Amino acid sequence: MTALLSVKGLTASYGDGQVLSGVDFEVQRGGVTVLLGANGAGKTTTLRALCGMVRRSGDIVLDGAPIQNLSTEGVVRLGVAHVPDGRGTFAQLTVDENLQLGSITRRDRRGIGEDVERCFTYFPVLKERRGQQAGTLSGGEQQMLAVARALMLRPKLMLLDEPSFGLAPMIVKQIFAIFRTLSESTSVSMLIVEQNAALALELADHAYLLETGRVVFSGRPDDIRNDPTLRRSYLGY
Amino acid sequence: MELLLQQILSGLATGTIYACMALAVVMIYQAIGHLNFAQGEMATFSTFVAWQLLAWGVPYWAAFVLTIALSFVAGVLIERVVFRPLHGAPALSHIVVFIALLAIFNNGAGFIWDFTIKSFPSPFGQTTMFGSMLNAHQAGMIVCTLVMLVLLYLFFSRTRLGLAMRAAAANPESARLVGIRVGWMIALGWGLASAIGAVAGMLIAPIIFLEPNMMLGVLLYGFAGAVLGGLTSPVGAVVGGLVVGVVENLAGTYVPVVGSELKLTIALSLIILVLIFKPSGLFGRAVAKRV
Ligand SMILES: Nc1ncnc2c1ncn2[C@@H]1O[C@H](COP(=O)(O)OP(=O)(O)OP(=O)(O)O)[C@@H](O)[C@H]1O
Ligand SMILES: [Mg+2]
Repeated sequence: MTALLSVKGLTASYGDGQVLSGVDFEVQRGGVTVLLGANGAGKTTTLRALCGMVRRSGDIVLDGAPIQNLSTEGVVRLGVAHVPDGRGTFAQLTVDENLQLGSITRRDRRGIGEDVERCFTYFPVLKERRGQQAGTLSGGEQQMLAVARALMLRPKLMLLDEPSFGLAPMIVKQIFAIFRTLSESTSVSMLIVEQNAALALELADHAYLLETGRVVFSGRPDDIRNDPTLRRSYLGY
Repeated sequence: MELLLQQILSGLATGTIYACMALAVVMIYQAIGHLNFAQGEMATFSTFVAWQLLAWGVPYWAAFVLTIALSFVAGVLIERVVFRPLHGAPALSHIVVFIALLAIFNNGAGFIWDFTIKSFPSPFGQTTMFGSMLNAHQAGMIVCTLVMLVLLYLFFSRTRLGLAMRAAAANPESARLVGIRVGWMIALGWGLASAIGAVAGMLIAPIIFLEPNMMLGVLLYGFAGAVLGGLTSPVGAVVGGLVVGVVENLAGTYVPVVGSELKLTIALSLIILVLIFKPSGLFGRAVAKRV
């Protein structure tokens, strides 16, 4: 496998406070990489930095092209779909409109129609709610909508910030099953930030541990499972 | 009874102009969160451009369409050149720039076309219709505005660009995350607002005569309409503008002390009353302030 995304020396700051101090990592083409770390370690900030949502510096290379100087919309237009924490759906707009917005940069009408139907087969409840304002959906339904909205871009790379947050275990399973299907049946690559480390590691081919803005470990999921200290801190057993 | 009906109808006719100005103001407010005080002067300037085109012998409807197009482009340029650098600047900076724009357009119009009043033709004429309830120009104002509103409605509800503009106004950060160029959507909003103002200016000019301060009162009524309907609701702005037009006309006729001198006072009182008792307006959402 070759790297789709390669990040070197990434720093990011809010105002005066530097939150990331030189983060290096890669996401393999078609692979699933997971980013673990305690609260406040800088996981969300890392994803935001990739999309230019915070001030950042360092080298970010996507598909061979440097993207560290692009605007958020520029990065998205290269096929990076970010499902942010807090979901980022358009609360006043309908489910259908949210899905259309996910594909707003695309021109292939037919493909868009097919992708809407595909999202509805992944998340049938969205079809029932298609005319409803997104803000009136339950938290779980909104998370499904956020994932569906991201899929509508036909992304190369998905950035998923705690996709299981606030969801019932059943729904979490369902969403992760969909990630697995996507990763096995399409060429999409994923970078997942997750508190539910056990679940995320099942899907991942590579994991990074982030501590106060630094990568402190990089390895395969099994390396974490087999290391007693790491297992205790991140998997809790 | 007939008088009442007539007053309501002609109030609606001027109300369409207030509705246009209210809509223009709301469109920019939605995009950048500030009230454009220069909206009236921009519309006046557009009307002068139309007047100039007519004076050069351009046929009325060609001049009408050309003026709308030029105003649209000018609106986009104003945003790109003047307001983009101000993005995120405090309200006071915006107010200062709005006032500067107002002065520039006002004096510019006066400098180019001088301050004497000019008559502006109506493509509809002044014959009375509906048993002398309305004259042809008033009916034309209503029809033109309706056509424009329907087109705008279709644009925003049926086209992907319209959807992108709504998304950018509702939630800029999420809009960027789906790849919408939010800055350009804001510029388009300015273009549309400017074009709507141009329509309003060209439709009202045959009634109140063209001069650099023509839209001053009109914009105040437009603000009143926008505040009444709710600054967050384009539909509310239109309804608010129409209501203000009718109320203004009825008060002028039926409340003897009001006469024509106190009409503006009514608009201002309306703004203040709405802001005190129902700040979100009739149709608006109360918005939590973003921090
Ligand atoms: N908007 C902001 N302004 C200032 N500081 C911020 C902001 N957002 C995050 N931070 C700080 O940056 C650090 C990293 O935050 P970040 O949200 O990236 O953590 P995280 O790893 O995603 O944590 P969590 O697991 O709780 O989501 C924290 O110390 C936080 O206080
Ligand atoms: Mg986070």
